[in-house]
Amino acid sequence: MSRIRPSVTSSPLTSPSLTSPSTTHRPRITWPLAVPATAGALFLLIPLAALLLRAPWRHLPGILTGTGALGALRLSLLCATAATLCSLALGVPLAWVLARTDHPATTVLRALVTLPLVLPPVVGGVALLLALGRTGLVGRHLATWFGVSLPFTTAAVVVAETFVAMPFLVITVEGALRSADRDLEEAAATLGSGPFATFRRVTLPLAAPGLLAGGVLAWARALGEFGATITFAGNFPDVTRTMPLTVYLALESDPDAAVALSLVLLATSVAVLALLRGTWMAPGTGR
Amino acid sequence: MADQRHRAALAAALAVCALAGACASAPSASAPSASAAPGSPPPGGGRITVLAAASLTEAFTTLGDRFEAAHPGATVTFSFAASSTLATQITAGAPADVFASAGTEAMDAVTAARRVDPSAPPSLIARTTMAVAVPAANPARITALADLARPRTKLALCAPTVPCGAAARTVLAKAGLTVTPVTEEANVKAVLTTVRLGEVDAGIVYVTDVHAAGAAVRHVPVPDAVNTSVGYPLAVLAHAPNPVLAREFVAFVRSAEGTAALTAAGFTRP
Repeated sequence: MSRIRPSVTSSPLTSPSLTSPSTTHRPRITWPLAVPATAGALFLLIPLAALLLRAPWRHLPGILTGTGALGALRLSLLCATAATLCSLALGVPLAWVLARTDHPATTVLRALVTLPLVLPPVVGGVALLLALGRTGLVGRHLATWFGVSLPFTTAAVVVAETFVAMPFLVITVEGALRSADRDLEEAAATLGSGPFATFRRVTLPLAAPGLLAGGVLAWARALGEFGATITFAGNFPDVTRTMPLTVYLALESDPDAAVALSLVLLATSVAVLALLRGTWMAPGTGR
Repeated sequence: MADQRHRAALAAALAVCALAGACASAPSASAPSASAAPGSPPPGGGRITVLAAASLTEAFTTLGDRFEAAHPGATVTFSFAASSTLATQITAGAPADVFASAGTEAMDAVTAARRVDPSAPPSLIARTTMAVAVPAANPARITALADLARPRTKLALCAPTVPCGAAARTVLAKAGLTVTPVTEEANVKAVLTTVRLGEVDAGIVYVTDVHAAGAAVRHVPVPDAVNTSVGYPLAVLAHAPNPVLAREFVAFVRSAEGTAALTAAGFTRP
């Protein structure tokens, strides 16, 4: 895919390849950085290696067909993808508002919408129940007016995952929108483009790498979501029991199965991320 | 420049130390008791970790407070969860002193893994039976066990792998009822929470949980003919960091005072 780089306003963070000539030589790796970097890498990789080494490889096929794993995986992929689409539909406009307004209220709004990042997901699930549950603030009316009850449905899983994942998308896309070249938007406006057309045809393409990064981040977060889901959506096979919930339940009775199921989830996410690698892993697209 | 390099090195060293410290601090939480264990701990002093079934939360919290009051210097730390979860943790080597499980299955698993102190085999401390809990408002107007089989009744159960889930299914099978729960929770307190929040019409829990929830839920009794009872075995664990205090705690739970506290919480004698 073609990549439009923000030119003048780019910070060293966004495009290392476009920084000034004085830093074009390859920096020497010094030990004060190399040591903690190695420690950091090992810290992240050793638990994964342990998972691989302790995996019950011989019993893997039996475990995967016997514990409802395939149904759970299908549900997980479906819900994470739906949650990502919801996050894009609601989060991108929200990111635009945060990036393009300077009102003091914007600062407050930004702090509030990123709150789910620090909120323990279980608390997020309780909050969703209090809001959208059968006796909740909004859920009460959903039940009486439309006869809709969200908890314990697959839709509730999507809602819980969106709640937890959308802030990741919003902050990523907001960063991308901020570093996008405002001059191009103004030029489009001068040439007679309306605000929404400018957003769709100039701003969004400029922020495309950030959009993709935010989407992938939200998808990955949604795929691993556990706390809000189990609290808000419950735990029933093929309806709300996603892979993380299946892993949790398997830990009760069969830790080997839990390890095997975790590997399936890991392998799936690695496969999806690898498919997106060409665009996502390239430098300069993070924000 | 040299000064900067030194400062960077110092910062890196500090970061590594902080990391190592953070990593090391988790297991060392039980270190004081571990170091006090083998020799001669102060009589009745020190710290024990008690892993107990979620359904024992209220009763054991009370017991713990009374035990601490009777044993100055002693600290009892509880971890409440599904007995099956706790059994998995113990088998995996969790540093705990005492285990109280709901039903004998989890205790049997721990015994089979040679994690129970052979000199103090598990014995039952209490029993409970099953009950239907409905929200205080009782939106589905459930008055009997058979009402759970009505279509569109939202029912919460424990997962079949958890003791309360197995017992609930025994009750339903004895009563000849076919139900489809909307959720299978990981422990009995999670079922109770969905009932308490009014998200389900009913949940099958232990009668002692209905007791513990007070006015937040309403009790619909399960007839004796189809009910099933669950026993609670209690044991000191092998490799207990503080076996002396652990045995004192177990003796306290079995004492007249301990039995009285369990009875007050709605449990029956074993």
